[in-house]
Amino acid sequence: MTTSSRFPVPPAAELRAVTKRYGDVVALDQVDLALEPGRVTALLGPNGAGKTTCVKLLLGLTRPDAGRAEVFGGDPDATAQRTRVGAMMQISKVPETLRVREHLELFASYYPRPLPPAEAIAAAGLEGLEGRPFGKLSGGQKQRLMFALAMVGDPDLLFLDEPTVGLDVEARRAFWDQVRRRVEEEGRTVLLTSHYLEEADALADRVVVIHRGRVVADGSPAEIKSRAAARRIRCTTGLDAAGVAGLPGVSRARRDRAGLEIVAARAELVVRELLARDPDLTDLEVTGAGLEEAFLDLTRDHREHDDEPAAAAEKGAA
Amino acid sequence: MTTATVDPAAAPARRSLWRIYRLEAWYELLKVLRMPAFAIPTIAFPVMFYLLFGVTFGRSFPAGPVTMATYLLGTYGAFGVIGAALFGFGVGVAVERGQGWTLLKRASPMPAGAYFAAKLVMATAFSAAVVGSLFLLGRFAAGVDLPAATWAALGGVLIAGALPFCAFGLALGYLAGPNSAPAVVNLIYLPMGFLSGLWIPVNFLPGLMKQIAVTLPAYHYAQLALKTFGADLGQPAWIHLTYLVAFTVLSLAVARWAYRRDEGKTYG
Repeated sequence: MTTSSRFPVPPAAELRAVTKRYGDVVALDQVDLALEPGRVTALLGPNGAGKTTCVKLLLGLTRPDAGRAEVFGGDPDATAQRTRVGAMMQISKVPETLRVREHLELFASYYPRPLPPAEAIAAAGLEGLEGRPFGKLSGGQKQRLMFALAMVGDPDLLFLDEPTVGLDVEARRAFWDQVRRRVEEEGRTVLLTSHYLEEADALADRVVVIHRGRVVADGSPAEIKSRAAARRIRCTTGLDAAGVAGLPGVSRARRDRAGLEIVAARAELVVRELLARDPDLTDLEVTGAGLEEAFLDLTRDHREHDDEPAAAAEKGAA
Repeated sequence: MTTATVDPAAAPARRSLWRIYRLEAWYELLKVLRMPAFAIPTIAFPVMFYLLFGVTFGRSFPAGPVTMATYLLGTYGAFGVIGAALFGFGVGVAVERGQGWTLLKRASPMPAGAYFAAKLVMATAFSAAVVGSLFLLGRFAAGVDLPAATWAALGGVLIAGALPFCAFGLALGYLAGPNSAPAVVNLIYLPMGFLSGLWIPVNFLPGLMKQIAVTLPAYHYAQLALKTFGADLGQPAWIHLTYLVAFTVLSLAVARWAYRRDEGKTYG
């Protein structure tokens, strides 16, 4: 890595040693995050990791308890900063009786230099739907309108908070194409949050992994992918889950109706050991683990002992 | 090859605040006009009540110095305006808060006042529509005959009354959950309307209810409306005005507190 870890230019937005609490819950714990101008940074983590809190701090929707949030060198909630920012947030609805064109006209009025309406429509792939009320759009079309609302102010900095949650695979890929075309080629700074490694891989230049309010990894998508190379092993066997969970390299083992499921960093070693222990083992299947499992690996050092022990032989599964 | 110098920073583009407020109000109005579940009952309920009681019994039942039809024009007018304010403003805010629409607006560079001003304009417009409908019915179906200045004063008082109840609606909108808001508003609106003498003239209410009435904002509002044609209970106007101003200020203070609380609560 050459320029991506230390920027030659000031960051477009930045969290400096930010701690944020909600009551007793520590949502963010001393988080540093700087967004390099013109690049797409993905903030990746499981639900509740603190991703949305980061976005809300940078949008000036909430204030840090300690540390500082800055956008273009100023307060995130100042009008001068907000007119340079667009956001796609996890919200369920905008008024259903207003039409696509009307929503865009209203949002465009908030910005000094909005995109022309036709361009905003095209940016989100909403051609032909201008006259349709929000309530009559499909899930994918609704999400594209949210994207159009984020883009209509022609922002320098764009926040995409879990932009494809609830979309089917096809709609998700179509959405990525839109974002890539409109964002990467135009040199906007983007902060994308997601719990899909695939999404971060498709869109981002840099991936920051956050878990339980702390940054646990930071690197290119390829680096993160290789670090998150956990495998999920499934098989039908008489072996006891608790025993398997104790094998080297296994981060979790549990029994369900379909058999034994194991998450491990190095599948080869584990499979060899399993076959040695149970020659009658059948239905062996090794797949890439989800991000959630990968995080169990990435965050091993950060985990405390009392909550969620690594070798959780799940109770009540028998 | 172009020789023209293009300097996008030369003339800094500016947004027009007037245009933002105007569009926000226009789309707020358009939004609710397309929602029959709000638009129809808001106007139809007071009109229906007035048809049932004002027009049917209006000529035969005297109420103080005026006919029942005249008296009920004041009280059902107040009832209709309060409904438009509490449901339009209060329930509207609660629902949009639940949808996340207000969150997206707060993240945008929209001036915060535009959202509330738009809701106030909408509630006032609906209030005017309710009052206008009742006036037409009163004049042409129930034979209400008032001097032009009295019509104007009554209309003015009724529509101005949207303001304190919009403030109250705003507080409810931030206190109540999006799903419970309509029920909460109804539980306040209907008993308050009855106890304040909006359905049955307040001097027909039993003694205890009359004592409750004087503590309620709707009572003071209705008294101001009735005063325009001399059918109020005779307390000076400043008492009612002071009460309503204090009620407005208190509602706004509660709304502000609830807004702050809401800001800190949401996370993910």
